[in-house]
Amino acid sequence: MYRYDEFDQTLVAERVEQFRRQVQRRLTGEISEDQFKPLRLMNGLYMQLHAYMLRVNVPYGSLSSEQMHKFAHIARTYDKGFGHFTTRQNIQYNWVKLEDTPDLLRELADVEVTAIQSSGNCVRNITSDQYAGRAGDEIEDPRIYCELLRQYTVLHPEFSYLPRKFKIAVTGAPKDRAAVAVHDIGLRMHLNDAGQMRFEVLVGGGQGRTPFIAHTIRESLEPEHLLSYVEAILRVYNIHGRRDNINKARIKIIVNQMGIEKYRELVDEEWERIKDGSLKVPQEEIDRINAYFASPEYEVLEDISEELDAVRKIDEEFDRWMKSNVVAHKVSGYSIVNITLKAPGRVPGDINADDMDAVADLADQYSLGEIRISHRQNLTLVDVKQQALHSLWQELKLLELATPNLGQITDIICCPGLDYCGLANARSIPVADDINQHFVDVDRLALVGDLTINISGCMNACGHHHVGNIGILGVDKRGKEFFQLTLGGSSDEHASLGDRLGPGLPQADVPIAIEAIVDQYLQDRQKDERFLDTYRRIGIEPFKKAVYGTPESKDVA
Amino acid sequence: MALIKDGKLVDDVFVYVGDDATLPADGAVIVNLERWQSSREELLQRNEPVGIRLRSDQPPDLIGACLKKLAVVALEFPAFRDGRAYSYARLLREKYDYRGEVRAVGDVLLEQLHFMVRTGIDAFEIHSEDPIGDFEIAAADFSVWYQPTADGRRTALELRRQRS
Repeated sequence: MYRYDEFDQTLVAERVEQFRRQVQRRLTGEISEDQFKPLRLMNGLYMQLHAYMLRVNVPYGSLSSEQMHKFAHIARTYDKGFGHFTTRQNIQYNWVKLEDTPDLLRELADVEVTAIQSSGNCVRNITSDQYAGRAGDEIEDPRIYCELLRQYTVLHPEFSYLPRKFKIAVTGAPKDRAAVAVHDIGLRMHLNDAGQMRFEVLVGGGQGRTPFIAHTIRESLEPEHLLSYVEAILRVYNIHGRRDNINKARIKIIVNQMGIEKYRELVDEEWERIKDGSLKVPQEEIDRINAYFASPEYEVLEDISEELDAVRKIDEEFDRWMKSNVVAHKVSGYSIVNITLKAPGRVPGDINADDMDAVADLADQYSLGEIRISHRQNLTLVDVKQQALHSLWQELKLLELATPNLGQITDIICCPGLDYCGLANARSIPVADDINQHFVDVDRLALVGDLTINISGCMNACGHHHVGNIGILGVDKRGKEFFQLTLGGSSDEHASLGDRLGPGLPQADVPIAIEAIVDQYLQDRQKDERFLDTYRRIGIEPFKKAVYGTPESKDVA
Repeated sequence: MALIKDGKLVDDVFVYVGDDATLPADGAVIVNLERWQSSREELLQRNEPVGIRLRSDQPPDLIGACLKKLAVVALEFPAFRDGRAYSYARLLREKYDYRGEVRAVGDVLLEQLHFMVRTGIDAFEIHSEDPIGDFEIAAADFSVWYQPTADGRRTALELRRQRS
């Protein structure tokens, strides 16, 4: 894990004190709510339907057990005992009091966590692969470059008032678990012919009301030029991005209006000027940061998959969990364990303070003290010995955190929706719960296998519905909530946007429609084909028919 | 309205001559880009300092060739959320190596002074009862910076390298 040095620590402490003065000025009425709004937003403080919500960054989704304990403490002391993990690997507290926030932030700063730029029209928390540093298919640990970018973007004097928010994601593996193609900038590592690591740079991806898959703006970028190239992209955006309409202000709009060739030309012209200047990253700084992310001292262990197989044969439930939630580690004898925060009766991504503490303790006991947050709103323990898997599983089961559904129908990404959010058109959480209550047969879930469902309560798409294999979008039609389904979305290395299935459905019909889609898939799939592959092969028509009866002649809603 | 230059409260010797105003017979003036483009010779023949005021949709590339003749470039911040002029300030300092005064005008919020200083702006028109006091507090919010920018302050990275 990265640890702050005196410079990082000083800056964060100064930011807390600056915010304390701003809150003070607001509380005494020296500044109006209008003037205060941009200031609080720059520090992650939103006004929601019922209260202030504070969004706290989990840098690139990596968390120590100490930090998780602090999150639990914050939930108990300043909230109603809950936290909510988001698709940007952050945590949100939904019931925060304005006057408490400076002290809350001070406590977070003690464990090197901040809310700096977790909202506002600036560069947000850099996100990454939840398996970073542990995945076998990885070229380099993406967190090194995430941390470089974190420092580079924190309180950037030029780019703190961009046309709109700006999200950057980095993957170090060809298998994209960070959804880089739907980010403002996506960075994807590869090896060139000489075996050196290079970044493919993508730009202009995004979801919201106008979704786009990102374009490649540069095929191959040397790591030493990472910051200067990002700066060139940001400067061109800051100058040329649209400021006349908030719905057209994201970089994806200007990139697609201008065309990627023109955008590239402007970036390259600017980059040529600055690339060999003071932003060039010295190797020693990469090495300094890299040292923090060095692999822990692993024990030399034999792979014991065969012995585990024997246990799995007699313990069906354990076997099911192993199949769905446990993935291979790059080091022999170790595994990566996922804890999904999705189960009947549970709000996707929500976790209470006691469970946070319990997970932190399990991380210490079983996984070298580290926890990851995934953009699918789950938790991951990245360094679990294979020989400890069975006892870890038993402990998780006692906590009701062993739901064997990673990547399956009930592992739903879901925004807070109209239960909390002032922008939403519809309640998304109850839909997620309906689906969870409907698909309770774990064997059937396992049979269906990989199938992501993403739910957003409005077109802002915080629940990533465009890139769910099945996407569900809440819409408001004459005061009633309806849910629009899309099929075929994906945020991985072959990213695609979902296609609209047909007219919106009332909430009660959503699980029935999903059941029909699943039946159709099971009927048409060939061998081990995933839902997405079947869909791409046979197209939308059979699914339309399955849900709506006769093929739809015209789009209605 | 107070003018702060290089951290000190100063008298503003420049007069801003708006769209319809007539050019005064003498004295230093700041004009908008349109007047500069239409009356450039007249302005230069006055033999008085001239500045240009750029709107936030007028990047400094438009005046790159004539910066040597300009004593002031005033950058307009029409609203706090319009951050284009931060880029313009850096381009003036770093791309065009402009050494004259770069002045922030318009909706100049105390909370943004710190960023403005860092991008190379050295003069500020601010509304405040205690301009120097407010400026000093705002400019001292931070003592650590990650980004190398036009004000030449040493970054955390440079300090790290020096330490080791």
